Amino acid sequence: MAKIRSRLFIIGGLVLLSAWALIPTDTTQRVRDATTGRMKDTTIRRVPINLGLDLQGGIHLALEVDQSKGPVPDPAEAIHRAERVVRTRIDEFGTTEPVVQVVGSDRLIVELAGEKDPARAKGIIQRTAFLEFRITDMKNLFRDALPEIDKTLRRAGVKTPGQAGAAANVTQLFGADTGKGKAKNKNEKSKAAAKDTTELNAPGPLASLLYQGQLPGEFLVPEEQVPVAESLLARPEVQRLIPRGIELKWGTEVASRAARTYRALYAVEDRPIITGEELEKAQAQRDPMTNQSVVNFTLSRRGGRIFERETGRHVQDYMAIILDGRVQGQPPVIKSQIGQHGQIELGAKPLQDAQDLALVLRAGALPAPLTIVEERTIGPSLGKDSINDGIRAGVVGVALVIVIMVGYYRLSGVLAVSALGLYVLFTLAGLAWFGFTLTLPGLAGLVLSVGIAVDANVLIFERIREELQHGKLVRTAVDEGFKHAMSAIIDSNVSTVLTAFILYLVGTGPVQGFAITLIIGITASMVTAVYVVRTFYMIWLARRPDMVTLSV
Amino acid sequence: MIRLFANANYDFIKWRRWAYGLTAALIVPGFALFLVHGLNYSIEFTGGTLIQVQTTTPVGTGKIRTALDAAGIRDAEIQQFGGANEYVVRARIGAGGVTAEGTTQATAAAVDSALAHGLGAAQYRIVRTEAVGPKVGRELQGKAFLAIFFSFIVTLVYLWYRFEWRFGLAAVLATLHDILTTIAFIRYLNLEVSLVVVGAVLTMIGYSLNDTIIIFDRVRENLRKFRRQNLYEILNLSINETLPRSVLTHGTTMATTLALVLLAGEVLRPFALVMTFAIFTGTFSSIYIAAPILMYIEKRWPGEDARGARAFRPAGAVAPEPRAAPVPPAPSRPQPTR
Repeated sequence: MAKIRSRLFIIGGLVLLSAWALIPTDTTQRVRDATTGRMKDTTIRRVPINLGLDLQGGIHLALEVDQSKGPVPDPAEAIHRAERVVRTRIDEFGTTEPVVQVVGSDRLIVELAGEKDPARAKGIIQRTAFLEFRITDMKNLFRDALPEIDKTLRRAGVKTPGQAGAAANVTQLFGADTGKGKAKNKNEKSKAAAKDTTELNAPGPLASLLYQGQLPGEFLVPEEQVPVAESLLARPEVQRLIPRGIELKWGTEVASRAARTYRALYAVEDRPIITGEELEKAQAQRDPMTNQSVVNFTLSRRGGRIFERETGRHVQDYMAIILDGRVQGQPPVIKSQIGQHGQIELGAKPLQDAQDLALVLRAGALPAPLTIVEERTIGPSLGKDSINDGIRAGVVGVALVIVIMVGYYRLSGVLAVSALGLYVLFTLAGLAWFGFTLTLPGLAGLVLSVGIAVDANVLIFERIREELQHGKLVRTAVDEGFKHAMSAIIDSNVSTVLTAFILYLVGTGPVQGFAITLIIGITASMVTAVYVVRTFYMIWLARRPDMVTLSV
Repeated sequence: MIRLFANANYDFIKWRRWAYGLTAALIVPGFALFLVHGLNYSIEFTGGTLIQVQTTTPVGTGKIRTALDAAGIRDAEIQQFGGANEYVVRARIGAGGVTAEGTTQATAAAVDSALAHGLGAAQYRIVRTEAVGPKVGRELQGKAFLAIFFSFIVTLVYLWYRFEWRFGLAAVLATLHDILTTIAFIRYLNLEVSLVVVGAVLTMIGYSLNDTIIIFDRVRENLRKFRRQNLYEILNLSINETLPRSVLTHGTTMATTLALVLLAGEVLRPFALVMTFAIFTGTFSSIYIAAPILMYIEKRWPGEDARGARAFRPAGAVAPEPRAAPVPPAPSRPQPTR
């Protein structure tokens, strides 16, 4: 009896421990607010099992240093720098539980579980690549080339989308902008720009998509027309007509005016005046005197000399800050010659914007661009479907196993099935306890291992039947059954664990989840099938010491 | 109480040639197909782009094809995937267009914009994207190969340690057979070979070995127990004794894998199908391949358990082969010699 009590004590302890590991806990997550687009903290209550990307939706990216545009001296070192940069950036941008790790010598893995917006996340990561400062198209070379481009496009049979009445909107657009308390000369400028726009607006398939922005070389494109404009600009005949020395770069900012959203397109010089390599520091600040957000930056000594020369030539010009080919924010104007230390003023914009820009600059100090060598994106709805399907398959599978076991082994089958309940509990607790991730193949592994888990019981029960057949007493038959089945159980489980372990070593995320679930499942099944079922038998036999026939 | 195959006494080994024929009939054409056409590797291995789209209405693959063609994306496979309004677009590297590192990304974006034009932006939703560069694909191929290779080595070493080498070799050859039949099976159904399917094959290796081990364990035990029986009889006896267990375990495991096949969704289906087949072939090979091969090995390199292995038939039966060695008649029912 004492033996049974100590066994029950151990089992009870394991159950409590497992239950404790699985109690839903409050976790704080940073999620993006759907309306404002900003990150905010929310507390949710959930079972502490990590779900893989394939179950909760998310993004998996593998990045390498892009060597296609020339060799990078030390890719391994570069990828480590990239890792640090991407990590800082992601943490600051506040994605939920990101994984950033270097795999092998030159690969960076970024996993963003639960990320719902792949474009945004990819944008954040890919923006780490390359920073440069370029002067915008001050001489309006691109704008002047537009009629010629449109003529070519029309000749190629591209129709002009109907844009009647749009011009009025545009005038409104800048009216609203200047209403926000900008300087008077800006107001005049934008009026001029609006006039430009109306002129531009009348003709041409491309020009009708572009609205002149507030500064030379800036154009605004309605968000829904961006793909059209992109495909037009990508045409070779258009590419040929873009003036020499000018390149087109899309902006990152989306401006919404009069119920429409616009994306900025910039015509910039094709030669950077300076690149991120020369950048050493960038810091966001809120000027306490003027209550303005600023970013202070420091260049290397060499960079300072170059910058001094270049900015001297370009006073009053606009300088686009380009990271990964995207213009960051609105290009600031160069007020005077700048040397090694400079300041970018963001005016009344919140400090958050300045911090973002400083982050962009710091990340841009990375000299080599990254290329995505692998990308997997799983939508959250697909993940939810997968969980539901997996659970449904699991329930049906387990129900079948229960029917087979109870139907065939009767009361002993009931013991095995109740042990199976503990088995599922232990396996899930094991996943939670060690912080492993449950993936879709892992879910399959869990269902599969329920089928395999009863194998140990089947071995034992068959052995007991044989022993009973040989005329042994019930008590002896049970003892012998467990004893003789042991070597087969251990052998078979070790071989499965070994292959699963290899799978874990070689596999990637989802497959590793499968291997882990299998290993934990098999370990748990050893405990439940052997130890727990044995204890059940001991209790049963202790209650009925005179039992002659065993329901097995 | 229900008892399946209790005290069964089938002469499994006798049917070995039929079994060989059956398995060869499965493997040979499958392998011929495999050599000619290769396997349907997932883009994880080949590199390329996969996009799973959910449309609001069942548009049919034709319309998606038209949309992609209009955008100049040719040579992409389009497949209905699960429900009537879910489709998968696959563009493999080498199958036109996609060639270099990084362009798989561009393909994904191009498919998206092509669908936006062809179907309308509100008509579809991209639920899954995979873009794998050629380098990653090649690496994964190597890894999968290594995984299968190493699981072989490790299980071999384990078997070597647990059993004597003859048993181990027989078990490994049976497992090799399972891999061959599984490849043939994958080829017949033209299942997509992803890393998860390789995982299924590895699990199958473990599972099939498990099965062989259970029988061999019993063989080892019976060899000690019934000193008068020859190997042929011991093998048959052991297979018969473990038969109820085999039927039960495979019943329960197959119940779960079939549930996965039918209910767990399209992504897991190839995995579940391979596992279901693996259970079948694992059982088959443990009985009809592992045991006869053990006989052959014991015949060729007789060990201490090679009693009557040369005869290849039960003791006491009329010798069909002229060169069979004479064996002493055995008692009709096995007698423990304790």
